[in-house]
Amino acid sequence: MKILVCISKAPDTTTKISFTNNNTEFNNDKVTWIINPYDEWYALVRALELKEANGGSVTVISVGAADYEPILRKAFAIGADDGIRIDTVPTDAYAVANQIATFAKDKSFDLILCGKETIDYNSSQVGGMISALLDMPFVSLATKLDVANNEATLECEIEGGKEICTAKLPLVISCQKGMAEARIPNMKGIMAARTKPLQVLPAVASETLTEIVRYELPAEKTGCKMISPDNVEELVRLLHEEAKVI
Amino acid sequence: MSVLIFAESTNGKFKKSTLEAVCYGKHIADKLGTDCIALADGALDAAVLADLGKVGAKKVVTIKHDNLTHFDAKAYAYVVSAAAQQTNADVVVFSYNLTGKAVAPIVAAKMSAGLVAGAIDVPDTTNGFVVKKGVFSGKAFAYYNIKTAKKIIGLTPNSFPINVSEGVAAVEELNITIPAEQFSITVKETVKTTGDILLTDAEIVVSGGRGLKGPENWGMIEEMAKILGAATACSRPVADIHWRPHGEHVGQTGITIRPNLYIAIGISGAIQHLAGVNQSKTIVVINTDKEAPFFKAADYGIVGDAFEVVPKLNEAFKKYKANSH
Ligand SMILES: Cc1cc2nc3c(=O)[nH]c(=O)nc-3n(C[C@H](O)[C@H](O)[C@H](O)COP(=O)(O)OP(=O)(O)OC[C@H]3O[C@@H](n4cnc5c(N)ncnc54)[C@H](O)[C@@H]3O)c2cc1C
Ligand SMILES: Nc1ncnc2c1ncn2[C@@H]1O[C@H](COP(=O)(O)O)[C@@H](O)[C@H]1O
Repeated sequence: MKILVCISKAPDTTTKISFTNNNTEFNNDKVTWIINPYDEWYALVRALELKEANGGSVTVISVGAADYEPILRKAFAIGADDGIRIDTVPTDAYAVANQIATFAKDKSFDLILCGKETIDYNSSQVGGMISALLDMPFVSLATKLDVANNEATLECEIEGGKEICTAKLPLVISCQKGMAEARIPNMKGIMAARTKPLQVLPAVASETLTEIVRYELPAEKTGCKMISPDNVEELVRLLHEEAKVI
Repeated sequence: MSVLIFAESTNGKFKKSTLEAVCYGKHIADKLGTDCIALADGALDAAVLADLGKVGAKKVVTIKHDNLTHFDAKAYAYVVSAAAQQTNADVVVFSYNLTGKAVAPIVAAKMSAGLVAGAIDVPDTTNGFVVKKGVFSGKAFAYYNIKTAKKIIGLTPNSFPINVSEGVAAVEELNITIPAEQFSITVKETVKTTGDILLTDAEIVVSGGRGLKGPENWGMIEEMAKILGAATACSRPVADIHWRPHGEHVGQTGITIRPNLYIAIGISGAIQHLAGVNQSKTIVVINTDKEAPFFKAADYGIVGDAFEVVPKLNEAFKKYKANSH
């Protein structure tokens, strides 16, 4: 079974966010980059588990400039067999999906796994778009994935509940919590990561459909009004009269 | 020209987030000088369909198909794309709930239309078509310009008010045949996991953390939710140790919500938790530790023991409700 896992990088969760150039650019200064957690913990680890159970290969792909290489090496250390970097700065989701779909088109992957969303732009777009561009079925927000006899059995989150379904391979899936447990790379993995093949491919010409024109930080909270535990009626009054939320 | 809204329904009724999306679509349609059209399940009651006129739909187009009763992202996207074509839609609006997240990106790629996934405000059309959305897990906002002629917006639930007025929408069945190969998923089972009020739809959310000591103590949380007509949520460790169902887990790795009121009880306010709730309009924190980080993100705080404060607060809420109705 051939599995492709789409890996993006994201600022570590605890990063303080700021912008430069008149709030038009993200300030990269002092940012620690990590593999987008959904891609690492769920998509990649489940792909490795499926490979261990059924044989096959796990390829990781990133659309990004050279600063994505540490991310791909980390994915190697966790266990991916090889990696692709499409050499362009990712700007919009469609352009990213287009690069990945163009690469994957004639490679006959059985599964293309994405994370639920990137924790920076929080959009949940790339997976669905790849599926449309490749005319493959898409299962969004899967919490469980098993494969047998060329068919996947999945559990995924839908409005108000969950759906248990099956689908023939090939298939694009966005993965979230429940699918696997995070793995910490061991020494052997880290050593092996250095020599695993990382191929850098030029980007195909692709349009972007959206662009970010500016950023904004939320207004600072003006401070928390403290209320005595012996006067909870005051909280009720404030919620009604001041905040107007009840 | 038109603005098309994907109008999702459950149990024979439209969802609150759908009504928001229709009102939002109506706002855009007025701005563009065109009509707001909703796409809905043709199996719904005729009166329910026509009622979408009250929230701004001029027309409701419908499709009926037995296989659409189960959710299949690809097939749904096929239907929405076909309907967008038949109604000559320039803008397609989804509620960016779990269904919208699955379907909108497929429709966007099929139509080569720019998508803003998770809009929280109306588009600004003075210079392009610019839509605001939350980024960096609620720590910032970004303004996206959609550059394509056709535009898709996924509207974050609870971001746009519902305006009800008089109006009856004309209902028209569309002629869409869905090729068999568009159905790619076989649904074995659908399990309902949440309570009556959907967490992402809820205007008020009452949430509990590890400070509540054990699942047996959730009665007072559920009681508060009941009094306020709220949904219940929890922190991640609470879901991980199975005190509460996973569907209630909010935060970085769980659900992101944006209610009008979020009441956090016995939750420390770790940054990963805040990521899922910091866009709430008003935050109330109840915690024994006055140094708990959550107070920095809160509007109202009570330093106190949940086991004493919550029962008293429930009585006060009850009294308030009794007097206000
Ligand atoms: C990568 C990553 C992702 C994560 N994702 C999430 C996520 O999505 N959501 C999430 O919630 N967490 C997430 N976490 C975990 C997060 O960092 C915190 O550990 C977690 O939110 C703490 O949960 P808690 O506040 O319920 O528990 P605790 O941190 O144990 O806090 C309990 C609080 O209750 C208070 N308390 C104790 N007794 C009482 C009482 N009687 N009355 C009132 N208050 C009392 C205490 O003072 C304390 O502040 C993530 C962590 C990591 C590393
Ligand atoms: N630049 C990228 N390179 C490779 N995969 C990506 C990239 N950006 C996003 N993805 C994948 O698409 C998923 C959803 O991203 P998004 O649509 O941006 O929220 C991520 O979890 C990744 O699996």
